[in-house]
Amino acid sequence: MTLASQILQYILSGINIGSIYGLVAIGFNIIYNTTGIINLAQGEFVMLGGMIMVSLHVGAHIPMLPAFFLTVILVAAVGGLFERLAIHPLKNPTVLILIIITVAGSILMKGIAMFIWGKETFQLPHFSGEEPILFFGASLLPQTLWILGITAGIVLLLGLFFRYTLTGKAMRACAANRTAAQLVGIDVRKMVFLSFALSAAIGAAAGIVITPIALMDYDRGAMLALKGFGAAVLGGLGNSGGAVVAGFMIGILECLGAGFISSGYKDAIALFVLLIVLFVRPSGIFGSAETARLKDF
Amino acid sequence: MGRWNRVSLVVLAGVAGAMPFLLGTDSYYISVLVMAGIRSIVAIGLSLLMGYAGQISLGHGALFGLGAYSSGLLTTLHPQSGWLAGILPLSPWTALVVAAVMTAAIAYAIGTPCLRLRGHYLAMATLAFGEIVVIFFVAMVDLTGGPSGFGGIPDLPYVGSFPAWLIDPEGGYNLFVYRDTHYYFLVWIVVILTLIFSLNLIHSRVGRALRSIHGSELAASTMGVNTAKYKVQVFVLSAIFASVAGSLYAHFVTFVSPTACELKYSILLLTMVAVGGMANVWGAVLGAVLLTLLPEYLRAFEDYDVLVYGGILIGILMFMPQGLLVGCIQLIGKIKPVRKTTG
Amino acid sequence: MSEAVKTILEIDRVHRAFGGILALNDVGFQVSQGEIKAIIGPNGAGKTTLFNVISGVIPATSGRIVFEGRTIEHLKPHVIASLGISRTFQTSLVFNNMSVLENVMVGRHPRSRRGMLHVSFKTPQARSEEWEIAEKAKEKLAFVGIHDSLDSPPGSLPFALHKRVEVARALATEPKLLFLDEPAAGLNIRETEEMANLIRKIRDIGITILLVEHDMSLVMDISDEVIVLDRGAKIAEGPPREIQRNKQVIDVYLGESEEQSASDR
Repeated sequence: MTLASQILQYILSGINIGSIYGLVAIGFNIIYNTTGIINLAQGEFVMLGGMIMVSLHVGAHIPMLPAFFLTVILVAAVGGLFERLAIHPLKNPTVLILIIITVAGSILMKGIAMFIWGKETFQLPHFSGEEPILFFGASLLPQTLWILGITAGIVLLLGLFFRYTLTGKAMRACAANRTAAQLVGIDVRKMVFLSFALSAAIGAAAGIVITPIALMDYDRGAMLALKGFGAAVLGGLGNSGGAVVAGFMIGILECLGAGFISSGYKDAIALFVLLIVLFVRPSGIFGSAETARLKDF
Repeated sequence: MGRWNRVSLVVLAGVAGAMPFLLGTDSYYISVLVMAGIRSIVAIGLSLLMGYAGQISLGHGALFGLGAYSSGLLTTLHPQSGWLAGILPLSPWTALVVAAVMTAAIAYAIGTPCLRLRGHYLAMATLAFGEIVVIFFVAMVDLTGGPSGFGGIPDLPYVGSFPAWLIDPEGGYNLFVYRDTHYYFLVWIVVILTLIFSLNLIHSRVGRALRSIHGSELAASTMGVNTAKYKVQVFVLSAIFASVAGSLYAHFVTFVSPTACELKYSILLLTMVAVGGMANVWGAVLGAVLLTLLPEYLRAFEDYDVLVYGGILIGILMFMPQGLLVGCIQLIGKIKPVRKTTG
Repeated sequence: MSEAVKTILEIDRVHRAFGGILALNDVGFQVSQGEIKAIIGPNGAGKTTLFNVISGVIPATSGRIVFEGRTIEHLKPHVIASLGISRTFQTSLVFNNMSVLENVMVGRHPRSRRGMLHVSFKTPQARSEEWEIAEKAKEKLAFVGIHDSLDSPPGSLPFALHKRVEVARALATEPKLLFLDEPAAGLNIRETEEMANLIRKIRDIGITILLVEHDMSLVMDISDEVIVLDRGAKIAEGPPREIQRNKQVIDVYLGESEEQSASDR
């Protein structure tokens, strides 16, 4: 393999996992935009998506398409349940309490997952076969096309949802000014609930599409959440277009690093990026430095 | 530091001192209490950072690990050549101090940029830092033994030597024959010293400066408190506590592996502080002891301790947000539910 | 009097922009040592922003601020505090996680120095400094009229005394210049008069005072000079009586109340 096609191969792998980081980042953004909360349990939704899909499709032999939607709905329900049980009852929580509650939620979900599925790693069959397509000297898996397609579809649908539907606009209103939203009759509590459910759904979709390539086990959530958060911050917290681009950047950087430097330190690469962004420019590439400073954390 | 604190210290010293005799000096539970003491030391530091200064760290497990790995390596490495050949291995006490200095330096380096961040950003940054440390420990297989860690760490030699009749099982108290009991007394003496240090700190100019940062960082800075400096200072202090605890752990258990410092452990520490009561060093000790004893009774739930911690965290935060210590005292009805001002 | 009046604070062409909004627009004035100067203006005029900029909480976009001959516009808040500027806050930022006495003891921070090592090992130097801090704090509390409930949380004090805790805390820093942000907010007529007496008492011990207030009776009563801000710009400056008669000032205030009564109809 020539150097160029090797690089291309790494870039393609990077795009795979980068899409997932981007989708996790979008999940962070949705909840953050509506509620101002950073949901540290975001990664667990991805994990649950993969695991439940495995149980439904591989275990219960439900065909792929219905299993996909069923999984997404189930995980969305988990997200909503989490909001109702752990977030909703809090009265005027401080940032510290919110952080601890979402961390607690994530380890609860992880614990339950371990209880149900054990510690093994699971895989899903590729959506349309494993025959790689030759692409400029690198091999492109059909699954990659699925990942890109579904990611693009989600971003598009979300864009339409937030711009043109009443609920979507209501959620944006909550982000902009919660009190004003309440005053014009928006049920803010319902919007908060919806944002968690929606984020969970997107996370689930991400988990389902990546499991054929990257496999899935109960412990994946934390690292995905961290890296997804890195993508969210890099792209500008709240900016979903930026989140996807940042996700790609981190994924590609990670794969290039793993390929050329060392694979033992692969995970550390994305984390270094997160730290550097937080230290140097917390508003991210596409965020505004001014508004970032005004954000109340 | 106030009458209550002084009394509590004496009570703690008394109870801790009596425990080995009550349990029987060869009891398995002595080793459990050693672990509880080790975690108390970290929890006290974390409580100073989170409860008093109002910052958050999800990476203290890594600081503990840095202490443990450093002590372990400094006392087991035997380089045959190079500038370290004559220096290493260090004696355990020296290694403990060197490890603490190294960890403090790393904490200073990482803390200075991190603590400029607030809230979620700070939490994520400390989380990322913690994970990076673990990744490095696992990846540097030649040095650290990778995921399985390494062993052969020597014991801590005792300060001074015990007279023969004390260690002679025939002639003296058999208390001093058992290794666990030695470590037990050492660790709990360190716990008490740490408490004294921390309580002095809290009821001082520096302690008030830290608490003022938690109360209102804006007002604190306009009253002359250099908030950035103090946040880093208390972070480094808590890192030193964690490192010392880690060193004690390494010598007690005689081996280290990455499980001692991974994220799960950082969250466990967080839970201990939150359960006990964040703005309360006594609560930190209580939380550490409870959450070390708890798994012993949950033997059946071996792997599900994570689940239990999550449940406990959520439960405490919802029903007793000020932690068990204050919550229980409130329940007994002796203190009004207004935030008590002494700690 | 033949003494030259010293300028203790000089604000020179200060601008502060938030994105597209100019919160402070070319503001400039001087404060003489020992005077009581009030800043008034309709809501949103930029009064608190001005305090925030001078005390270093937010940076000025441009301009100079000179305190006792020293440029301070680039300094951090805690440095400015140790130089001798202290303040209270509109929303009363007392520390609710400590007692009244401890609140004021925090104010001694810039005038004390023992660090972590000294205090944790309870050295004699730390012990004597701690005693001194407590004594000075009690002194300041007595000065503002608080003699009891020193060990209680600030929330347990009646409102008028609660506000004074912040003043005592600010006084504990031994300031040369004190900013009071709406000291009379929420006080009734008698309490406002007591506050006015306290402010005069503070001036009498040599502290220069800059205050932001909406209560016109207090402003006219105790100020030596008044500055009027509107929408970030200074529109008038002078002794209280002159300001009362200034047409532009009246328009700005009347204009606001006219808008209010128009929307009430």
